[in-house]
Amino acid sequence: MKKGSQPTFEETAGTYIENAQLRRNIGHATKTIRDKRQLVVQELDDWEELREAGRQIKQKVMNNLDRYLLQLEKSVSKAGGVVHWAADAEDANRIITNLIKEKKGTDVVKVKSITTDEIRLNQALENEGIHALETDLAELIVQLAGDEPSHILVPAIHKNRAEIRELFKSKLNLKELSDEPADLAEAARLYLRKNFLKAKVGISGGNFAVAETGTVAVVESEGNGRMCTTLPDTLITVLGIEKIVPEWKDIEVFMQLLPRSSTAERMNPYNTFWTGTTEGDGPQKFHLVLLDNGRTNVLDDETGRQTLHCIRCSACLNVCPVYERTGGHAYHSVYPGPIGAILTPQLRGLDDRSAASLPYASSLCGACYEVCPVKINIPEVLLHLRNKVVLHQKKEGGFRQKTDPVHLAMKFLARAFSKRSRYERLQKMGRAGQWFYKKDGTISKLPGQLSKWTAIRDVKPVPEKTFREWWRDRK
Amino acid sequence: MVEGSEMSSSRDKILQRIDQALGNRTDSTDDVVERRYHQISELTAQEKVNLFQERVDEYKAATERVSEGELPGKLKKLCEEAGIKKLVLPPGIDENWLSELPKSMTFLHDEPQPLSKTQLNESDAVLTNCFLGVAQTGTIILNAGPGQGRRVLTLLPDIHICVIRQDQIVGILPEAIRKLDQTVSESGAPVTFISGPSATSDIELDRVEGVHGPRKLHVFIISES
Repeated sequence: MKKGSQPTFEETAGTYIENAQLRRNIGHATKTIRDKRQLVVQELDDWEELREAGRQIKQKVMNNLDRYLLQLEKSVSKAGGVVHWAADAEDANRIITNLIKEKKGTDVVKVKSITTDEIRLNQALENEGIHALETDLAELIVQLAGDEPSHILVPAIHKNRAEIRELFKSKLNLKELSDEPADLAEAARLYLRKNFLKAKVGISGGNFAVAETGTVAVVESEGNGRMCTTLPDTLITVLGIEKIVPEWKDIEVFMQLLPRSSTAERMNPYNTFWTGTTEGDGPQKFHLVLLDNGRTNVLDDETGRQTLHCIRCSACLNVCPVYERTGGHAYHSVYPGPIGAILTPQLRGLDDRSAASLPYASSLCGACYEVCPVKINIPEVLLHLRNKVVLHQKKEGGFRQKTDPVHLAMKFLARAFSKRSRYERLQKMGRAGQWFYKKDGTISKLPGQLSKWTAIRDVKPVPEKTFREWWRDRK
Repeated sequence: MVEGSEMSSSRDKILQRIDQALGNRTDSTDDVVERRYHQISELTAQEKVNLFQERVDEYKAATERVSEGELPGKLKKLCEEAGIKKLVLPPGIDENWLSELPKSMTFLHDEPQPLSKTQLNESDAVLTNCFLGVAQTGTIILNAGPGQGRRVLTLLPDIHICVIRQDQIVGILPEAIRKLDQTVSESGAPVTFISGPSATSDIELDRVEGVHGPRKLHVFIISES
């Protein structure tokens, strides 16, 4: 992807907010999952202890990431798997393409995986004449529509049943089809079952990989994950290097944290754990592709590093007042919502103006931090990144940046606040100048650049007597 | 091979970047994680089985509490009611459970010759036991042991009938993970967690049971009381 080829959050958020259908769908989804999550989390009286253990495990992983990766490489190889290392998306796509070509495969079935969306794997394969069929119901809908996912957990939440019915009728060549979700799911079942049975290669992501044993986990609901990791002869799993956990025992922590935070269930219907290959059971060839693609940049920043703790549950999306109104597309990244607002800029770098706009897509209310199952302090990282964005712009921005009104205003305010006498003098000036804009005790309209501020809120005028003045004069 | 050398250079690159990012580290892999969460359940055996049944039911799976002696009769009744004609049987399944099933039924054994995907796809149901059950989450755990078989056996048939004994039910997940230690680190056999039938909420968040895996899950719990 070209740097800055996509719009910023601010540039398109308005359009998404105006889409009433989208807002209704997203609002309904986030509220439903949010309320359900609350119930299943309340059931566990050791939730905070689990979160803390989850945080500590992930911290330990990040602080020793190279050692655990080498341990994982060893244990997977010992169990019959082959480990590949991919420094970036191009690397990963080339490795995977070659593996599929070796198998002379052209039809590939895929489990939902955001990591493969991140590296645009499907497109890379398509360019080589390989069709990767998405088998998660929502991902299939998105793929058939030529659309982009809008939520980590429920990627097609922006589409309603009538739209899906029309899509399936035309793309799956069905004459009769109702818009009942059960009938739509049945249509997908029949279509995909044929493809599962004939597929030679399966591609998956991975939720966890255990360094100690080489065990990889896929957590899912529909059974397409089991199909893809069981039926083909060859399985290729793409795993972000941060998905490691040290020991098998750690699974007991994350398999309590993830389902309750994600689908808001005590446990999601299916979890598959496999260790290399097993004779006579499932794929006889297993390839594990370890992907960096910017993750080591995140690791390089001590405050930002905790972003790598993320287990992709999407709880932060569902509580975010910003995400709830704009939906996922406004983020122009496969990682939307609060976690996307901190992960995307770190993965892509601040030269990407679209990514660099994301740390501002937040009211800093902190709800995301409260629900995060591994205690990522998202507001802290947001502020940290805003600071980095400003410093970066200062350094790279040149003359245009130096004359930017916001930059000038901030500089002016910093000076004003840095000294008491200056601050008080400014207050007096404000009081003298505001009479023209003051109506009924409030300011609803300011001129020039300042009008943007008052377009959506009123400003309280400087009072006749400030507190400091009153304090001084009180005798 | 060019590819091999490229791959190893990516490997070096990644490891080097990590080493650089971490700088002078004080942490080590020996650091202990504080595990203050529950590791052992305080439920009695009776409470465990009750909770297990309640939680499995909530996933819209069917459960039935039976005694060892009642199971063959109940199984026969289920096969009649659900119209099960072709039943898949993994190696090591308890033959006594089948004693009342009519001779007219087709039994598909996975040994000596493994069943083909097509055979499995055209079957009506599969009968298995399991390795463990978890009461708190209503989860059934398979580890490809005797009476469970290959993973695909419980994946393609439309109905999964699973038999669990009361003493196989643990209270909470950490207890189950510990019991799976040996499976994962020694035999390396695949492990599957099953919590209710296959499901999706992808269309307008309406829950639909049965997408790709078995559409029905029927659990017989053998308990003595």
